[in-house]
Amino acid sequence: MEICRHNDHIEISELDPFLAEILRQIPASGSPDGVAAAEQRLFSSPSNRKETELCAEWKMYVEPELRRLFQSATETVAADLEQLNGNEKSLANRTLRIPAKHADAWLSALNQARLVIAAKNSFTESELGDHFRSPIGSRRDLSLFQINFYGFLQEFILRDLGG
Amino acid sequence: MSAMADSLFELRASYVSVSTMSREPRRRAGCRAQSKKTEGATHILDETGSVTTAEPTTETHSQEDLDLPWQVVVHNDPVNLMSYVTMVFQRVFGYPREKAERHMLEVHHKGHSVLWAGMREPAELYVQQLHGYLLLATLEKIN
Repeated sequence: MEICRHNDHIEISELDPFLAEILRQIPASGSPDGVAAAEQRLFSSPSNRKETELCAEWKMYVEPELRRLFQSATETVAADLEQLNGNEKSLANRTLRIPAKHADAWLSALNQARLVIAAKNSFTESELGDHFRSPIGSRRDLSLFQINFYGFLQEFILRDLGG
Repeated sequence: MSAMADSLFELRASYVSVSTMSREPRRRAGCRAQSKKTEGATHILDETGSVTTAEPTTETHSQEDLDLPWQVVVHNDPVNLMSYVTMVFQRVFGYPREKAERHMLEVHHKGHSVLWAGMREPAELYVQQLHGYLLLATLEKIN
């Protein structure tokens, strides 16, 4: 895989079918799917204390707005990922171009996915810090690989935003 | 927080996607007025030596005055990248990179950092923006 910055987009080329599939999973991975821990992480409480009135108002007014914001980012990323569709059975490498103006949407969708995967798997801090765990021998290993791969992309996009 | 790279980067603070979220106050509790009657009459001795009595007065304080101050606290989580958290602090609070990094490191090492303190309504807006960036942020009243 190669990743490089162009004037108005980031290009990820030489994507093998495995990594292309991991990228395709971004929108689905960011969905809490009714898992309470994941839902609570995406929509965390605005208060540590028992501010019941504040929390109730937050649920009523702020959460719907946050849902729309996250959904909008996910839809933008899903549309970009359509470049990877077609010839799914081919073993040929793919190329993905992320428009620079979609950088924020990608940061958000990647973050949603990483947080939801971590919450669903209840990863410990030491597991999350183990960036070189290999090989992938279980579903849990694969989930950790997803978190680290998405984190790598986030870092590159952040570097790109920083000019 | 998770460190995916050793270096931190210079980031633009002007491009704020979360600012598209409503900036309208979603509630008006902050504008509730409370009246407080001063107890007892006040006796004033003037320059001629005579004493006059002032009637009790009524003072009005807004709820915002009474609510001061609130603080915006960001809590550590092991998933968000250190560089991402720094960028968010720059964007939301307009902090220079060094200050944003200082707060990020405080969150990382101490578990939390107070990012801002002031009136409740802007504090709520800051927490809303931070949640838009998926940071663990709370609004806390200073006792």
